[in-house]
Amino acid sequence: MFGGRSDLPLKGDVTSRYLPWLVALMVFLAAVSLVAVFVLNGVVESWNRDVSGTVTVQVVPAGDKAGTDRRVQQAVAFMRGVPGVVSVKPMSRDKMVALLTPWLGSSTVIRDLPLPRLIDVTINPDAVGDLVRVGISLKQSVPGATLDDHRRWLARLITVSRSLEALALGIVVLVGMVTASTVVYATRSNLAVHGDVIEVLHLVGATDDYIARQFADRAFSLGFGGGLIGLALTVPAMSVIAWLAHGAQGGFIPRLTLPLIGYLAVALLPVAAALLAMIAARATVRGTLARLP
Amino acid sequence: MRQRTKAEDIVRLEGIGLRYGPGPEVLQDVHMALPTGSFHFLTGASGAGKSSLLRMMFLGLRPTRGRVMLFNHDTAQTRRADLPALRRRIGVVFQDFRLLDHLSALDNVALPLRVRGVKESEIRKHVPELLSWVGLADHLRARPPTLSGGQKQRVAIARAVVGRPDLLLADEPTGNVDDQIGMRLLYLFEELNRLGATVLVATHNETLVERFTHYPRLHLENGLVQKVW
Repeated sequence: MFGGRSDLPLKGDVTSRYLPWLVALMVFLAAVSLVAVFVLNGVVESWNRDVSGTVTVQVVPAGDKAGTDRRVQQAVAFMRGVPGVVSVKPMSRDKMVALLTPWLGSSTVIRDLPLPRLIDVTINPDAVGDLVRVGISLKQSVPGATLDDHRRWLARLITVSRSLEALALGIVVLVGMVTASTVVYATRSNLAVHGDVIEVLHLVGATDDYIARQFADRAFSLGFGGGLIGLALTVPAMSVIAWLAHGAQGGFIPRLTLPLIGYLAVALLPVAAALLAMIAARATVRGTLARLP
Repeated sequence: MRQRTKAEDIVRLEGIGLRYGPGPEVLQDVHMALPTGSFHFLTGASGAGKSSLLRMMFLGLRPTRGRVMLFNHDTAQTRRADLPALRRRIGVVFQDFRLLDHLSALDNVALPLRVRGVKESEIRKHVPELLSWVGLADHLRARPPTLSGGQKQRVAIARAVVGRPDLLLADEPTGNVDDQIGMRLLYLFEELNRLGATVLVATHNETLVERFTHYPRLHLENGLVQKVW
């Protein structure tokens, strides 16, 4: 179907030399951007997943230890009564001290500090209802108790990640527009160069569509070839980035992976570039020829 | 081949005037008709406007005034999308051949068939036969730049007739060949005419025309067409 016999001498054109390389560069940029979109999306999903199943209750110490313990017991009892709560585990003071040791040292002074008490609450996100209302009720029922669903501090990170995703998607769209514009410009040049051949084709009865199809087939062939080159360049580049990212993983940054759909999207980029080139070429030829007398 | 009504004029020019830019009229108030199945010669001195007249008939030029009727269609009113169908009924031999240099003789001749979607198997069968008939059996793969003027002309003629056109327009078809080949080509046109094609041959070769006095001759002079015999 594509790149077959042509009545137009398109194979020796200047376009044939530069268009594949330009498409290769565009496919490379689009591939990097798409990978960024999918990886960032995975990171955000991972963060969401991690925090959506847990909330933390913080209890401000009362004047004495007995008072603080009482507040903790009240908060535990309150949370156990909330529908959708799976488990409620108060964190022991020893565990809290252990968590603070890396920052404050192992001095016995820590043990005397009026540290707030934390309660780990595991919830079923689908059944728990409105956590804001739960937090308000808790605050009213237990003095000094507050509910933290982690989303407040995560929201900004998610916003930044989503913005980066939108930026990457914007780059993909921009790359598509640049590719289409280049094909339009190259096709117009070719139409001007081969005006005499096109006139002969018209005179022997060729339709505009017959001529447009030849340009479109050539554009598809060049676009697909360029796309494959771009994809081939993407593989080593992505391997280097993956290797660098591997060192940054751990702790707050989850494991960076590209989902199967990401691989599919990147693999289909050469076809997408070729189809885009084909459609742009065809539309340009049809539009230009339609304006002829 | 399509059924044709004998009574119809395949081409009718009504009050045609043609002017290039601000210059004088090349054609003035031309009235002429080619009845279906007729064979005409069009003679006239070089620059008399023969090629311009032919160009109007194959939809390559619009007149400044007047009306060109082709296959009962007013060409000025015909939609662009309908032009290919009309052009496929016309075979043209251009004075400057207008062959495509990047294609072989075979592919040049096959062009009118390919644009119609004729199967490659049929093209491979019929086109070499036709090229053989015009004496180019050994030049099927040759490209026009490697052919002589006469050979190019024969390729151009083969391209014009390969689609069995209803109307054959030939502009100086014997200009680059010797008299023997010229006669042979005119016999080919005669044969096509016998099969139903309407033929108009524009030439300034008086010797050749006088051998075919049984066909009407239109003479173009001072922008006007006159019937000589």
